[in-house]
Amino acid sequence: MSLVLIAEQILNGLQFGIMLFLMAAGLTLIFGVMGLINLAHGSLYMVGAFAAAAVAGATGSFLLALVAALAAAALAGAIVEMVVIRRLYDRDHLDQVLATFALILIFSEGTRWVFGSFPLFLDIPAYLAGPVTLPGGIQYPLYRIALIVCGLLIALGLALMITKTRIGIQIRAGENDREMIAALGVDISKLYTIIFALGAALAGLAGALVGAIQSVEVGMGEPVLILAFVVIVIGGIGSIKGALVGSILVGLTDTLGGVFLPQFFQLFMEVSTATNVGSSLASMAIYILMGAVLIWRPTGLFGNSQ
Amino acid sequence: MISERYFNIAILALLIIVPTWAYFADEPFTITLMTRAAIFALAAVGLNLALGTGGLVSFGHAAFFGMGGYVMGILAHHAQTFTPVAEVPFLIEGTKSMPVIWLVSILLSAVLAWVIGFLSLRTSGVYFIMITLAFAQMMFFFSISWSEYGGEDGLSIYVRNSFPGLNTLDPIQFYILCLAILLIVLGAMARVVKSPFGLALNAARQSPQRVDAVGLNVKRLRLVAFIISGAITGLAGALFADLNRFVSPTMFSWQLSGEIMVFIIIGGVGRLFGPVVGALIFVALEHFLGGLSDFWHIYLGLLLLMIVLFGKGGIIGMICGREKSHG
Repeated sequence: MSLVLIAEQILNGLQFGIMLFLMAAGLTLIFGVMGLINLAHGSLYMVGAFAAAAVAGATGSFLLALVAALAAAALAGAIVEMVVIRRLYDRDHLDQVLATFALILIFSEGTRWVFGSFPLFLDIPAYLAGPVTLPGGIQYPLYRIALIVCGLLIALGLALMITKTRIGIQIRAGENDREMIAALGVDISKLYTIIFALGAALAGLAGALVGAIQSVEVGMGEPVLILAFVVIVIGGIGSIKGALVGSILVGLTDTLGGVFLPQFFQLFMEVSTATNVGSSLASMAIYILMGAVLIWRPTGLFGNSQ
Repeated sequence: MISERYFNIAILALLIIVPTWAYFADEPFTITLMTRAAIFALAAVGLNLALGTGGLVSFGHAAFFGMGGYVMGILAHHAQTFTPVAEVPFLIEGTKSMPVIWLVSILLSAVLAWVIGFLSLRTSGVYFIMITLAFAQMMFFFSISWSEYGGEDGLSIYVRNSFPGLNTLDPIQFYILCLAILLIVLGAMARVVKSPFGLALNAARQSPQRVDAVGLNVKRLRLVAFIISGAITGLAGALFADLNRFVSPTMFSWQLSGEIMVFIIIGGVGRLFGPVVGALIFVALEHFLGGLSDFWHIYLGLLLLMIVLFGKGGIIGMICGREKSHG
């Protein structure tokens, strides 16, 4: 096991974590401000990926594809918020779960209807293809580096937006007391639509960015959604900082566990049993992490204690 | 408005008349569909105790459904290959006997529910939903990566397991068995909900602080409800695996957790027969809409959306009016 391999895997985990952050940030914002649990967030991720694949197929431009992903997901998010989600803010969580579960069914089957069951492919643009050599002689794909940088920039942008801008003030005020900021003359329903569309756009962007290294297919959003849930449970619901820390923890645990646990068990087991036990444990690692965090802090690392 | 009692009797009659007709009309497929509905109903009856009476929105009941399924799969797999399940610490043989399989399914699902419930009940609200979902997902990935029992491909069982005195391969006999279990569990549920435990659980959903102030341990009430709930869903899982003679990781999938919840919502949350009605409607939709269009999930989604947004109380709520405690 060389140092290069470890560095590579850490970068992979980081890249995975950063993409999870894009999903988790939207989820946690929407929950923090509107108190809504949104299962359809994974569908918006899928919408972004499909929009990107379709536009990239038609125009050949990756940048246009990303713009299309952002626009399509934000638009879908805004429409869904105005038609369905808006009616759910005052309902209990069970209704929210079921209504957004229904939205998943509609989105998934609708996408299958339009694009068919076969996966689409989104190519990495030529200027981001190929490996780069990092300090220490590590060869690493440029595209993945770009994902990490892009995700970190978005995290920074979000942090600045929330702490420095007027809409950020409204979001923070909305987290504290919805009625009060409505009473102070902020158009709360417009604010909700904007936040929902913002979260949707982030999910759509994540879908498009990840779509270039995986295939774009129906049902791609839900596994990521569930991981994003794990992330915000670990980080604390409503906390962007928690989402960032949680995503990176989950990304690293999942990636490093998958690679190193089987090797670890090989130290004192036969190769085949070790691979079996190691990969089984690795697939459970992030949930064990979540359980451990919950025993220690039931409201997550950065959550408000109730 | 029809009284809920008469409505329940009508559903009960439906559960008996349709398969009887199918038996004499020689329509074994209809009997299989009804068996499927009865088993789904059983799984949802289990969840209904936690969700309806206890107010615990578990989005991870597929964990128990799959657990039951895999207990059946693993025991029967070893019985048909004549290998022991385990030799240390003591010899455990596989079995093809349904009662034994059911007992093991119930016990292991209860243990799993105890562990998941113990951890998840430290939290509440949205956290609880997400955590139960995450634990079910953990079981899903575990079953995929555990290659000894088929991994992603699942396990096939050649011959349905046996029940003393019955030929379980005959669709109608297997249906009668499943229906009998469903009715026994429904009868037990009707008593549990009215028992001191059920009343306390119901009260804990409506006002945990008051129940706490009265001196009852809310967390323990909920944990017990969650364990019973998981055990019933686990039993349903064992039956479901026997119906298909096949288990695979899809029994652990999050879609299945969602569907079990959907049965309850379509039928009516917290109603004794809510899960039964929901499962019947779901299986009927799956069969008829699935035959009309490959994209029947769109219509299911729209129907579900309509029920959640406009029809609170599900089908039973619409037909029989609101129940006071669930207003």
